[in-house]
Amino acid sequence: MLSSSEVFSTIDMIRDQKLDIRTITMGISLLECAGSNTPQKVYDLICRRARDLVRTGQDIEREFGIPIVNKRIAVTPVSLILGENEDPLLIAAALERAAREVGVNFIGGYSALVQKGMTRSDERLILSIPEALSATNLVCSSVNVGSTRAGINMDAVSLMGRIIKQTAALTVQADGLGCAKLVAFANAVEDNPFMAGAFHGVGEGDAAINVGVSGPGVVKRALEKIKDQPFDAVAETVKKTAFRITRMGQLVAMEASRRLNTPFGIVDLSLAPTPSMGDSVAHILEEMGLERCGQHGTTAALMLLNDAVKKGGVMASSSVGGLSGAFIPLSEDIGMIDAAAKGTLTLDKLEAMTCVCSVGLDMIAVPGDTPAATLSAILADEAAIGVVNQKTTAVRLIPVPGKGVGEWVEFGGLLGRAPIIPVHGESAERFIGRGGRIPAPINSLKN
Amino acid sequence: MKAIITVIGSDRPGIIALVSAALYRCNVNILDINQTIMGGYFTMVMMVDLKEANRPFEACAAELDKAAEELGMEIRMQRNEIFDAMHRL
Repeated sequence: MLSSSEVFSTIDMIRDQKLDIRTITMGISLLECAGSNTPQKVYDLICRRARDLVRTGQDIEREFGIPIVNKRIAVTPVSLILGENEDPLLIAAALERAAREVGVNFIGGYSALVQKGMTRSDERLILSIPEALSATNLVCSSVNVGSTRAGINMDAVSLMGRIIKQTAALTVQADGLGCAKLVAFANAVEDNPFMAGAFHGVGEGDAAINVGVSGPGVVKRALEKIKDQPFDAVAETVKKTAFRITRMGQLVAMEASRRLNTPFGIVDLSLAPTPSMGDSVAHILEEMGLERCGQHGTTAALMLLNDAVKKGGVMASSSVGGLSGAFIPLSEDIGMIDAAAKGTLTLDKLEAMTCVCSVGLDMIAVPGDTPAATLSAILADEAAIGVVNQKTTAVRLIPVPGKGVGEWVEFGGLLGRAPIIPVHGESAERFIGRGGRIPAPINSLKN
Repeated sequence: MKAIITVIGSDRPGIIALVSAALYRCNVNILDINQTIMGGYFTMVMMVDLKEANRPFEACAAELDKAAEELGMEIRMQRNEIFDAMHRL
């Protein structure tokens, strides 16, 4: 029999420390839909495969008493199934309809992988992203512009700066909210369950269940008990906590996989913050002794956290994947929001932090008049960090139309709110205007 | 299927009576009970077996919800695997 203290420690984690399963994401291959009549085939296939996803998630939630916040779908990058005469926007509409029909809250995969070059289908899909994201609510889009093996496709980087601007312009009434559904990646992973960057990679099977766990609040509470102890103790505590959280994620993933008769893919053991109090990654870093997230020492603290989360989690799951680590989405983390509002957390510091966290510059509001070339240059920097360090990096920036530095933008719900922070004013036009490709780094030559 | 029931709230007469009556209606067998007062709060952990239950998990949980409302306490029933996953290798 479990002891009462063990039982209540789990209940405290769920009830007071906001431990949850952040998402059960079903990956669905759409490769069989290519050919003719693609939108209808896409709709039918998603509805058939994911018919029971939401209900199953709710059943598990009730029986195990663990909140499962999101139920989502990730599909094959749509550019891969886009026929020559097909309108990508019709596929976006089919994804939206299917997502509504099965009741998920996001569907990812309106995507293209262009790290080395761009097919005509890739280009047509990317050009349609602003309209697709303004015409739908649930569809998420991502574009992979670089990889350690291929280098950085600077033509794609340049194009994405313009696409981000256009997406903001077409969703002007919602303060550029369309950009919250658009991620530009380097080294995108094929089994990431988190939005907006989830897609079902071409190396995957027909379908897979990927589960993303969370739990910044649990880690913070555990660290509160070891105040002022050396970093070795901090790392050990984070590892043990991550192990417990991930075990729960593995249990839910296996249960969902069994009930949905869909192969288990991976558990993504990311610490994903939300804007509510007690669910902040920044507050974990501050618990380690920082006065405020963004000050000197922040990168070291985040490196320890990110590494210890992975070490603790990897033993707890039969297959760890996705992004796995600590997320730092500015508008979704109350501690980061405060630190940015006070000016401690800047874009440059965030860039440094992305060298050691699991993804990149995420949910950052910048002035609406930021030139497209500047957005591209930020993306190029971020891609460079990912490519040379053999890690995933990403950019999800929102140039808020008509707003400037110091003003606030409210996205609502899990997307949170953010102060608009400055970007460097120097022109990147000539730099980005070069185009071409930044070759793969020497450390890509491993064979 | 085994589950853990936790009861938390201010102590008062009839807690065990009402919770076990709800379980009896569902034909849920109580395997173990551990009860204590922690920081002025009544806390109880019960291990139960739903193998012979006369209704689905959700309906049993609904019976406990009724008892929780009557007692003004917090009652949860969760499958025991979640606790095992976290605390047992």
